Amino acid sequence: MLKTMMRRAGKCAAVAAAALMMMSAQAAEPIKIGSFLSVTGPASFLGDPELKTLEMYVEKINEEGGVLGRQLELIHYDDAGNASSARNFASRLIRSDQVDIIVGGSTTGATMAAAPLIGQAQVPFISLAGAVVITTPVKKWVFKTPQSDRMAAERILSDMKDRGITKIGLISGTGGFGSSGRTQTLEVAEQMGMEVLADVTYSGSDTDMTAQLTNIRNTNGVEAVLNFGFGQGPAIVTRNYAQLGIELPFYQSHGVASDSFLELAGSSAEGLRLPASPLLVPDSLPDSDPQKAVVQNYKSEYEARWDSKVSTFGAYAYDGLMLAVRAIEAAGSTEPEAVREALENIKGYVGVTGEFNMSPDDHNGLNATSFRMLEVQNGEWKLIN
Amino acid sequence: MLAEFLQYLFTGITIGATYALIALGFTLIYNSSHVINFAQGEFLMIGGMATVSLTAMGVPMVLAIALAIILAGLLGIALQRFAIAPAKQADVVTLIIITIGASIFIRGIAQLVWGKEYHVMPNFSTNEPIEVFGAVLNSQSLWVLGVGAVLVVALVLFFTKTLIGKAILATSMNKEAARLVGIRTEMVLMLAFMLSALLGSVAGIVVAPITFTSYDIGVILGLKGFVAAAIGGLGSGVGAVVGGVLLGIVEAMAAGYISSDYKDAVAFSMILLVLFFMPRGLFGAKIVERV
Repeated sequence: MLKTMMRRAGKCAAVAAAALMMMSAQAAEPIKIGSFLSVTGPASFLGDPELKTLEMYVEKINEEGGVLGRQLELIHYDDAGNASSARNFASRLIRSDQVDIIVGGSTTGATMAAAPLIGQAQVPFISLAGAVVITTPVKKWVFKTPQSDRMAAERILSDMKDRGITKIGLISGTGGFGSSGRTQTLEVAEQMGMEVLADVTYSGSDTDMTAQLTNIRNTNGVEAVLNFGFGQGPAIVTRNYAQLGIELPFYQSHGVASDSFLELAGSSAEGLRLPASPLLVPDSLPDSDPQKAVVQNYKSEYEARWDSKVSTFGAYAYDGLMLAVRAIEAAGSTEPEAVREALENIKGYVGVTGEFNMSPDDHNGLNATSFRMLEVQNGEWKLIN
Repeated sequence: MLAEFLQYLFTGITIGATYALIALGFTLIYNSSHVINFAQGEFLMIGGMATVSLTAMGVPMVLAIALAIILAGLLGIALQRFAIAPAKQADVVTLIIITIGASIFIRGIAQLVWGKEYHVMPNFSTNEPIEVFGAVLNSQSLWVLGVGAVLVVALVLFFTKTLIGKAILATSMNKEAARLVGIRTEMVLMLAFMLSALLGSVAGIVVAPITFTSYDIGVILGLKGFVAAAIGGLGSGVGAVVGGVLLGIVEAMAAGYISSDYKDAVAFSMILLVLFFMPRGLFGAKIVERV
């Protein structure tokens, strides 16, 4: 008798709970944030920290009550660095998952493959990839958080100019990042009246770049060498550079601004310079720097949660998510056009990467000064300016 | 001028020696089973990654290397036992597809165990490069060349002087006949997989200080090794070595003298040319079809 009553009570409770859940789901349907990232494959060093960052902050925002009183739901796919699967996943996010906003696209290739489709479907899209082509010319629905490679080129070349260097040798990867960086460097160099005397490339899977570097070394008049690329390639270039005993000032791009690069390149990296996010030197930033607190927070939270070193690339995802949240809050709804407009009007958002000032003609919102110039000294990053 | 040429040559020979060792692994398995083992690159990865992680755990380098080679050997045996042997009756194409599956599986496990980062292995001896006529040579290159040469000689001796080696050769020539004279062909197959895993892992270990190592390093190096084996003529030991070194040198020369953009294009057009005029590769066996 007692048993059956208990059973009945249990059933009742279950039904009531189910009903409650349905009701609350109706009351506050979650805001769906879609993402496609290169979590595995050659660009996994981008996608992996990006996904970790998104997961962690979506959790945190939900614990703090969500956005507009609604919970966030992260729906993500792994494009493994493959542009065509990025496109497929973007289409799945839009058609079957019906997400409200997309924050993703680890590589320029993945972003550019998915952008037309997302633009057509009229969903706001914040890309986490670097190349300048993503937001120049401005695409109505596409935004991005990393500084563009053009800014990096400007920052590097002006640093060279300050040192009195006007003739350079360029070695770049043939991947999307490297080749876009190469084009930008050539353009910026011409504007600044600098000459690129040697211009060589390597493919992402190359394991030895001595041949290309020898070519640069034997070019008369080269005063400094710049390597534009990402992945393990630049680390190999750095090592070969030291092995060949080239004494010229050496620059890398922001593509390798991470501690794992220092680990790979070892003592060969000594003295090289690169533009980077303040995230690499959180403690050397002056207290007057508005980014200092944001940067330190992100670093300590990420490292406490994942027990692995924070990376600049994860910070792009942090800024992407926070911009999305800000825009949705400002728009007061997830209505795509309203969110898009709110994104376009974000001013003075201080993120980990820099201070964002969006406008209808600037869907990136950063300028070259958000890069800090670093030099490797005694195996560590040192803030130069 | 000479310095430049020498520099390209050193670069080419070093990477070529690696291709050659991988190509030899392909050749071994191809000879004993006519299977092209696309998991060959994974053996290379296991060698490098296991050594790196063991040394990181405090195991002395030499012991770490030995353990890594043994691990790869066991993996080779396991691959044959659990993936190839159960599909005994399947035709060669099916077996090749099985090896592709196995390579993806091994890569996946490696990714879980070791993560996705690239890892560094210190040079075996000094970090100081050696200078020869104005060109510099990484001291590790000498290790690659030396170890490669020793392995090739050891393989030649193994196949011509030992009974087991001869048994493998016999199986590759005619499986049925080999079985009739009492050779345990299953055993031979297993041995071939183990040997090629050993070869692959050694190659992976000696080049790791130059190329770095990561869970997916085997994909592209494995492919290049296969290309080298195809140029030399699948199934020919000499061919594998010549094909590997040739491929490495052509790549380096193309990158230095023409443009690094065309490096891979030059290498792959070379295969086309070789296969056009010598469909069985440079040293491929002349096979008479029996009707």
